Amino acid sequence: MPQEAPASNSAKPKLAVYKFSSCDGCQLSLLNLEDELLDLVGAVEIAYFLEARRRVLPPPYDVGLVEGSISTPEEEHRIRQIRRDCRILVAIGACATSGGIQSLRNWADVEEFTRQVYASPQYIKTLDTSTPVASHVFVDFELRGCPINHYQALELISALLVGRKPNIPTHSVCVECKRRGYPCVVVSKGLPCLGPITQDGCGGALCPSCQRPCYGCFGPMEQPNIQSLGAWFTGRLGLTGRDLKRLLRQYNGYLEPFKQASDHYERLDKEQ
Amino acid sequence: MSDSTKSSETRTIRVGALARVEGEGALHIEMRGREVSQVRLDIYEPPRFFEAFLRGRDFREVPDITARICGICPVAYQMGSCHALERAIGAFDAVDPAIRTLRNLLYCGEWIESHILHIFMLHLPDFLGYESVISMAADHGTVVKRALKLKKLGNDLLAAMAGRAVHPVGVCVGGFYSPLDPDRARALLPQVRAGLDDMCDLTLFLAEKLTYPDLQRDYEFVSLCPDDEYPMNLGRIKSNRGLDVAQEDFGRAIEERHVPHSTALHSIIRGRGAYMVGPLARLNLNHQKLHRRAAELLPRVCSLVKHNLPWRNNFLSLPARALETVHALALAADILEAYQVPHRSRIPIVARAGTGGHGTEAPRGLCWHQYRVTEDGTVASARIIPPTSQNQMTIEEDLWELARQVIDLPDEQAALRCEHMIRNYDPCISCSVHFLRFTRTVKAAT
Repeated sequence: MPQEAPASNSAKPKLAVYKFSSCDGCQLSLLNLEDELLDLVGAVEIAYFLEARRRVLPPPYDVGLVEGSISTPEEEHRIRQIRRDCRILVAIGACATSGGIQSLRNWADVEEFTRQVYASPQYIKTLDTSTPVASHVFVDFELRGCPINHYQALELISALLVGRKPNIPTHSVCVECKRRGYPCVVVSKGLPCLGPITQDGCGGALCPSCQRPCYGCFGPMEQPNIQSLGAWFTGRLGLTGRDLKRLLRQYNGYLEPFKQASDHYERLDKEQ
Repeated sequence: MSDSTKSSETRTIRVGALARVEGEGALHIEMRGREVSQVRLDIYEPPRFFEAFLRGRDFREVPDITARICGICPVAYQMGSCHALERAIGAFDAVDPAIRTLRNLLYCGEWIESHILHIFMLHLPDFLGYESVISMAADHGTVVKRALKLKKLGNDLLAAMAGRAVHPVGVCVGGFYSPLDPDRARALLPQVRAGLDDMCDLTLFLAEKLTYPDLQRDYEFVSLCPDDEYPMNLGRIKSNRGLDVAQEDFGRAIEERHVPHSTALHSIIRGRGAYMVGPLARLNLNHQKLHRRAAELLPRVCSLVKHNLPWRNNFLSLPARALETVHALALAADILEAYQVPHRSRIPIVARAGTGGHGTEAPRGLCWHQYRVTEDGTVASARIIPPTSQNQMTIEEDLWELARQVIDLPDEQAALRCEHMIRNYDPCISCSVHFLRFTRTVKAAT
């Protein structure tokens, strides 16, 4: 049996999937499209996807999906080449769209971090910041989520294949939660839920469905009123500036306006 | 390249980016004539500093954060964090048996999903001579479809219990935010039973149809060894060479070394050397505790692969994973069948100063965590020892051995054989809290 794959069928659009600083979870979400996977590989040519296949076709590619943030000098360089290789470039997941959980370093001393984790810090090459792909190159579309929702990924790929705009909602988790009729965890349990300011897309207000507050893994919705929610949390739930800073600085903490608001609550915390 | 084995010549086999592994790494083998002069598994997954930024977070946030170390086995990180933190705050012994049972069920979902992904999508193409499951599906469509169905079942189990398969949201220190819905449990049971029958069949298919390369080595196998069940969440940590420590003491039993070519720290057993964690270690040390359905298959699998336990060839990790998948499906079916909504899904949790260490069995092996928490619940320090970094030195030792066997093959084929071997470990390089990235190009030294 042939070790080499059959030659490329050039009629199909070529898809590339890349990994930068990340956990592999968004790439895995693509592989978690179990029912659709075989149809998907029938519709597109998987030209570059190291986690899934050994064969690599040469660029250019029609669509490139990028998982992960830019956190090393090598990644800074590589993303520029990838932009040149891909006609349409899409950042997928919180790392690629916001810098991810590892962007917590952006508020810290990275040298001190390195000394803390590694016995020989001189072996480690890293940037002082972890930043989203769009901070480095032009990005055609961003798919949010930590991790992305696989049905949103399917919608995105389908839309790109036929050349229409992907139908990805930008309203809040709160809207979806009400639509499903879940009891509000802020009102009924007094829990600090980020649902009112977080973009929907996780697949059905997942955290409130488990009776816990949303922690914002899809990042800020369009024009969130963080100030109002913050006043509620401090005024009625008794949260401190430090609590609010922590809540906002999670998986999308470096994305505006979460970033700006978390900086505000940090100042507030220091004044208290 | 036939002349590359002349005694005076240096030859380098490089695999720039390893494919079909989770995360990024590269392989580098140097030979001088017929002698192997250097072997390196480069791990260049960018450092993400989890242990550093966990400091200062509230301990209740930790399971959500550590899940992000690895998208393939988030449950392993959540379980390691929850158990270690419960030890740190003195709540470990207060966790209800019903909660422990649900944690096992959650872990079953992850073992099923992760093992199936690795066996059929990442590893099987090596055995059958394909570059990927995508090419393999053209000739083995039925097997691939059966595997995808099983993988989905693992994911459905995770979603039913904790909201979603990647970075589940339902897990917390003390248990689960909400209990499994009994209607969903009932709906899953027949699917899990059918999946179990199918997996038994697939296990025999894998044992019978595949040729397992021979690479026997005298490994030190390390895994959890509970007295009364196949290892998952609990138990002392033991080896076949006399390591036998309580959960809390594992951190002192091993030593981590930082080497120039890796962002992953290499682990060795103090005073001894490299060791192996993962399915082969678990099976060799605990096979008598497998679920009846898996135990029934074991003698047939052993006779089909022509080796009795203990297996000292990590190419047999593939049938070991298959047997563990049978075990996980059978255990899941038992738990679902007996399921009644517990009177509470989590125990009350109060912050308290303390230190706790605990490891659980990630699909790819023991994953150990240690946390120090201050009185107000702030994390003061975190230490995480993931499975792939523990295996890294053993992988390199395997490569020394294998490099001698493949010396007469052309570079491309030699590299393939080495990659195949590395995939025995299901290396999850992202997992390496401190870890690298694999590149793949194969070339002879100039």
